[in-house]
Amino acid sequence: MLSSLYEWLPSGWAVLDSTAVKWLFLVLILVMPLASLLTWAERRQSAMMQDRLGPNRANIGPVKLKGVLHFVADAIKMIFKEDFIPANVHKGLFALAPVLALAPVLVAFAIIPFGPTIFPHSFGSSLDTIALAQNAQDPAFTDSIRMQIFQIDFGLIFYFAVLTLANYGGTIAGWASYNKWALLGGLRSSSQMMSYEVAMGMSLIGAFVMAGSLEPGAIVASGASATFSPDHMMAASNPANWLWLWQPVGLVLFVTAAIAETKRAPFDIPEGEPEIIGYFVEYSGIRWGMFFLAEFIEIVFISAVITTIFFGGYQFPFLDPDGFRFGGEMMTVGVSHVHVGGWFTALPHGVVVLLQFVAFGAKVVLLSWFQLLVRWTLPRFRADQLMHLGWKLLLPLALANIMVTALIKLLFM
Amino acid sequence: MSNVDHDDNHDDAAFAAGGGPRVLSVSVASPRVRTIQVVRPGPADASYLNATSKGLAVTLKHFARNFFLPLRSKESRAKAGAPVDEKWKNEIETVQYPEEKVTYPERFRGLHRLTLRDDGAVRCVACMCCPTVCPAHCITIVPEESDSKGVEKRPAIFEIDELRCIACGLCVEACPCDAIRMDTGEHAKPVEDRSDAIETLQTMMARGVKSIAKQGGAGPTWRETAPGKHPHDFNR
Repeated sequence: MLSSLYEWLPSGWAVLDSTAVKWLFLVLILVMPLASLLTWAERRQSAMMQDRLGPNRANIGPVKLKGVLHFVADAIKMIFKEDFIPANVHKGLFALAPVLALAPVLVAFAIIPFGPTIFPHSFGSSLDTIALAQNAQDPAFTDSIRMQIFQIDFGLIFYFAVLTLANYGGTIAGWASYNKWALLGGLRSSSQMMSYEVAMGMSLIGAFVMAGSLEPGAIVASGASATFSPDHMMAASNPANWLWLWQPVGLVLFVTAAIAETKRAPFDIPEGEPEIIGYFVEYSGIRWGMFFLAEFIEIVFISAVITTIFFGGYQFPFLDPDGFRFGGEMMTVGVSHVHVGGWFTALPHGVVVLLQFVAFGAKVVLLSWFQLLVRWTLPRFRADQLMHLGWKLLLPLALANIMVTALIKLLFM
Repeated sequence: MSNVDHDDNHDDAAFAAGGGPRVLSVSVASPRVRTIQVVRPGPADASYLNATSKGLAVTLKHFARNFFLPLRSKESRAKAGAPVDEKWKNEIETVQYPEEKVTYPERFRGLHRLTLRDDGAVRCVACMCCPTVCPAHCITIVPEESDSKGVEKRPAIFEIDELRCIACGLCVEACPCDAIRMDTGEHAKPVEDRSDAIETLQTMMARGVKSIAKQGGAGPTWRETAPGKHPHDFNR
């Protein structure tokens, strides 16, 4: 079947390496389904935590699936609701704000390596990693699909830059709504985002120092030991090589700041739906739904970023590109390093790719679950506590983390 | 504490995170005057890490138990607020109405019913006590002459608008004949048309039971058979 598909493709497998194909794959296969399921999972999980059952009745005939279909019902409801625009709103900005909230998150996904580079010519057999390192220009290796849409040296800076734009969504929504509560919510939103983006960026610098790269694909492909001497290098699939072990403070700081970035409890001061009224108070129907969806996509995105930087991205524990390998040592081949020797079980490349996709998905789902757990456990911070936490705790700790990491790196590595 | 004014916010944050004032001494003349020392929370409390991890442990425990263990029996869940008495079952309280129902207490006031005589006729004598006492004016009775011996009247129409009924139970209290009761244990049903919410003589008699109370002329009344009968009770 694969060979017939190959003959049908106009110019080899590389045609699947296009941005549009990968973006569609990522958004339609991973992001949208996961974000939609999260809207259901959030309600079910919060119910489980509060000794309730949660929504379990939405069904198509006898198909119930424990209420998973609730998100379909929600989507249908929101699409067919009246698109109500209050009098006196700024119509252009009012329509623009939900798009501004949703689009940057989807764009930022471009830097996430959501799977390994696929070499379709060695799909049936174990990947020859040494040959790949020696002769990467071999047509069998260049005709490949890299599972990352936008590979660029300043990768994570791009993420910070683009996600900041999502902030305008909330602020503009508050401004355009012609409603004082919405405006105040928009102001709270922008002040919170500004405070926490500083801490968020700073908390990752330590990770960059360790990994020696800002490019998420490179961090996943080599891990924390990338700049070590070849004797001390570890395989990228070794969990001890992932940055959670080398940057525990950075991890805690980043998770905190990132949850604040998603504008969800305990940092939901911009929205505060039941009491303090947030920036989308005048929105209804699918326009509100876009804000809502953007929030859940942000959860998936934050999980993907944490997975990529701190938990080895798509790496399955102890699974090298050619199969499972415990122990072994790094062999220098040209400019790259290949993990060889040790206790080894060869696996076909196709199986390895599948396992690594599953690993990435599982890590993202687990981290999303954790974010929901936090959201349904902690009460909301007050505005001054929020600022206190952001400026007086997270930021100094992040700066200290940079210094300490740099010092350790300078003195011992 | 001269900087109380501008240090207000910081203090609040500190209190919320586990700090607070410690009372050093209280004035004897005026107990509301006291010397306090502000105790700053330690780094573990100020960073919220302690409280956060404790809270996460609690919710995680509930989630794990409810996620992995099977549901309790319907009977156990139907006892609202009762402690979990089944081992290796979860703590979910949800009773899935309408498939599962909670049994209500005996004195729960539900839908009305009209009790019946031995021959199956309605027990009500259309004395108009219940529509008179009803604070919601939801009872309509149109009386007619009864042809059975010892009974003067009976209802030709007996209607209760369940949408207006406030389930206060005064009609049951007012009834001298034990003819109307609210002990069915059923809710007013949801309806699509307001007229469907009106209970009639027939629907309420369909739920009816025979009353054990003596009624109407024949035989001694309860006053005569009661153990502490008052000799001057002429009010029969």
